[in-house]
Amino acid sequence: MVKVTTGAINYEPASSLKYKTGSWRSMRPTLDESKCKGCQLCFIYCPDSAIVMCERIIDGKPKKKAQINYDYCKGCGICAKECTADAITMSEEVK
Amino acid sequence: MPKVVMRGNEATALGAKLCRPQVIPAYPITPSTMFPERISEYVADGELDTQFVLVESEHSAMSAAIGAAATGVRVTTATASQGLELMHEMLFIASGMRLPIIMAVGNRALSAPINIWCDHQDTISARDCGWIQLYAEKNQEALDLMIMAFKIGEDKRVLLPAMVGLDAFVLTHTMEIVDSPTQEEVDKFLPPYKPDHVYLDPKRPITIGSFGTPEYYTEFRYAQELAMSKEAPKVIDEVFKEWERTFGRKYQMVTGFECKDADIIFVTMGSMTGTARETVKKLRAAGKKVGLCKITVLRPFPEKDLKEVLGGAKVVAVVDRSLSVGFGGPVYAEIASIFVNDAKKPIIQDFIIGLGGRDILVKDFETIVSKCETTIKTGKPEKVVDWINVNFEPAGVK
Repeated sequence: MVKVTTGAINYEPASSLKYKTGSWRSMRPTLDESKCKGCQLCFIYCPDSAIVMCERIIDGKPKKKAQINYDYCKGCGICAKECTADAITMSEEVK
Repeated sequence: MPKVVMRGNEATALGAKLCRPQVIPAYPITPSTMFPERISEYVADGELDTQFVLVESEHSAMSAAIGAAATGVRVTTATASQGLELMHEMLFIASGMRLPIIMAVGNRALSAPINIWCDHQDTISARDCGWIQLYAEKNQEALDLMIMAFKIGEDKRVLLPAMVGLDAFVLTHTMEIVDSPTQEEVDKFLPPYKPDHVYLDPKRPITIGSFGTPEYYTEFRYAQELAMSKEAPKVIDEVFKEWERTFGRKYQMVTGFECKDADIIFVTMGSMTGTARETVKKLRAAGKKVGLCKITVLRPFPEKDLKEVLGGAKVVAVVDRSLSVGFGGPVYAEIASIFVNDAKKPIIQDFIIGLGGRDILVKDFETIVSKCETTIKTGKPEKVVDWINVNFEPAGVK
């Protein structure tokens, strides 16, 4: 049974995070972290905010690296297109 | 209660004012312009404490009304014709979000050709938007229905917007004596609007106007349908009865006049009802069994009440002041639907009349009666959808 609120009001705001749109994906981006320069271009261009920047310790130094959140990535390929280091490749999604 | 001579637009503006609306976004359009004019005078004179929002179009007027109503305040506005059509997409949003905005509509024809006079095409075209639709026969009804509409729409069982239709010029600009309730009386009748489902409170953040995916959408529409078809009729009946007890004026979703033994019954909406009533009186005096059925509430559709009033007739003559091009009269279609599964039913005929402000006279109703009498004799209408008063000669292209 579907519970409906009067006027389709949502009393739990910011709940869109619960709706995982990653299942829509037909193409899958794969990030090669060794090529990633941490420039954040993909992070800026991603229309779904599905890229998060994280910190890795490489050779004892902190480095910024991109990370793809597959829960929300719809596989549009914009990140792969914008990446200046060819660190992101697109391949067919296999589920 | 003070009796005042006023125009229909003044009646709806006064009715709205007495309900203490907190926000009024409005854009002027003939024949409803007098509504925002009166409201701005009330505000300027300090008689009404409201946020009067001057907008750049009717689309903006309804958008502002929705935005305001979504904060949980009482909102009213007025429009007509092209203005109502410009609002069209927003009308669905108001009803879907269950915001009881109350709007006066000066029933006017639609372009092209441009025409500012009366017919019901504008509100009929907005019939499926999920708004309660009330139609006034006279200015007194315009005032009364305007006030009652707030109480009906704001009822927690209903929570739907409502439009009050009053005929262009015949009512909007015509002076009639109107018995106005006092502010104290209306304050007693109509409590302040305090919705539970939607209001502005930083301590309770909510999302409104959100996505309704295929898994949910049908259920939201179903909830809307239940509010309109199951709850609204009950609430309308209660409010009409309370109004009668308080102010002595009786309202019904459907009002029959001389229908008990009538062979032919007119179905009317709006100001033409008065003319139809005079015709019935005249023909009754001449021994003809003619009756009249006035529709005050078109949405929710009062199917049961209509069946009760019309069921015994030989011919039901639906008088349509609007047109579904390529079909016939919209009200006729709805009346016919009441009897569609019945073995025994009246013959239902449709008469298209009075478009674009052409007067509907007693002799026109007499023409309709004589056509219906022929139907009774032959057992079959000559034309199911019949146009009255058409002087048509194609001019072609020059």
